[in-house]
Amino acid sequence: MKTKNKIRVLIAKPGLDGHDKGAKIVALALRDAGMEVIYSGLHQTLDQIMQTATQEAVDVIGLSIMSGAHLPICEKLIGMMKEQGLTDVYLTVGGVIPHQDIPKLKEMGVAEVFPGGISFEGITTGMNKLFE
Amino acid sequence: MIRLIEDNDPSAFELLKQLYPHAGGAFIIGITGSPGVGKSTLIDAMITEFRKLGKKVAVIAVDPSSPVSGGAILGDRIRMQRHATDTGVFIRSMASRGQKGGLSRATKDAVIVLDAMGYDVIIIETVGAGQAEFDIAGLAHSVGIVSIPGTGDGIQAVKAGILETGDIFIVNKSDKPDADAACHELVMMLGMRNLSETQWTPGVLKTIARNGTGVDKLAQSFLSHFNFMKKNGLIDLKRKKMEQMYFQSILKDLTLEKILALMKESTNFKETSKKIESGSMNPLSAAELMVKTLKVTR
Repeated sequence: MKTKNKIRVLIAKPGLDGHDKGAKIVALALRDAGMEVIYSGLHQTLDQIMQTATQEAVDVIGLSIMSGAHLPICEKLIGMMKEQGLTDVYLTVGGVIPHQDIPKLKEMGVAEVFPGGISFEGITTGMNKLFE
Repeated sequence: MIRLIEDNDPSAFELLKQLYPHAGGAFIIGITGSPGVGKSTLIDAMITEFRKLGKKVAVIAVDPSSPVSGGAILGDRIRMQRHATDTGVFIRSMASRGQKGGLSRATKDAVIVLDAMGYDVIIIETVGAGQAEFDIAGLAHSVGIVSIPGTGDGIQAVKAGILETGDIFIVNKSDKPDADAACHELVMMLGMRNLSETQWTPGVLKTIARNGTGVDKLAQSFLSHFNFMKKNGLIDLKRKKMEQMYFQSILKDLTLEKILALMKESTNFKETSKKIESGSMNPLSAAELMVKTLKVTR
């Protein structure tokens, strides 16, 4: 585990779903918890997410997915992260994630999953725990 | 590497020393203006223009950190998405944090890294100008000041003290009413400015960043300002000035660090601290006394 005096997080929404209110609110909650949040907005391709994460030197990528495509998206992104050497960056996912998928995501290498209904505190402590 | 600078990592200093000789080739542009005038969108369109000219472009977008939580939302690159996968474009957001040595130092360090990486044009985006802490004019060759029509009369511009630092003035969102009036106002105010130092007459340009109108001209204006400075030897003058400022800001940081560390080790410091705790001396007199007893050996 690595400790950080300032956690930088990329909040991105991959693919086609068009609701980013949740992602924006999470971005604000993370800011209020003292983190630096790069908000890249809607309709991100995985290439864009990779490029942004690299240029911005983030510690965590936080995906917001409500389209149901979390499994294939995470699998692909984790593959790209490994391929391009982003091995010291954590991937977290939030949004509409059915509980039975959480173990699958974690097995894939997703560091933390924040399903719908979780509190801000749950998200920020979950994020902070990655760096303890 | 920029991350190391932001985190005040000691290894960053060594790396910067090695990179410094490779920097100096880039044209550095500062873009400043109030929130919401369209700086990010304008930069997005400028990237497109500079890319057309075959130039590699880097952007440093500075956003404020929250003074309460220390966190920040960095959302400037959201307007620059279409360049996200172009390998000739590098966009980096920086939060102002409570930077040691002020934001200028960290930004300057980041500019050196990008310059040494071979970017031809480096654009620094920041809110506000004229503050002591963040002197954009001391970091960039060319400063563009962005405003929009209908935000009050010209007195606002003079009041903010930004008129002196700008090389090019941009009236963005110029499809809105009063754009011409805003331009005329600026031209008039600029006419009263003392130009003897640079001999450069600042232009006032109208743009609509959203659809790119006027941005080709803007990019050309920046380049012609750069060429103008080159021709008149002003670039060399500017370089010397920038190096001197950089030298002094590093000197200030290092000196402060060293002297404070030495002071804190001294018995004098411990005794004085105790006196403050016990209430027999107030913090003002204590600090004054500490500095008075400071000795410098030549």
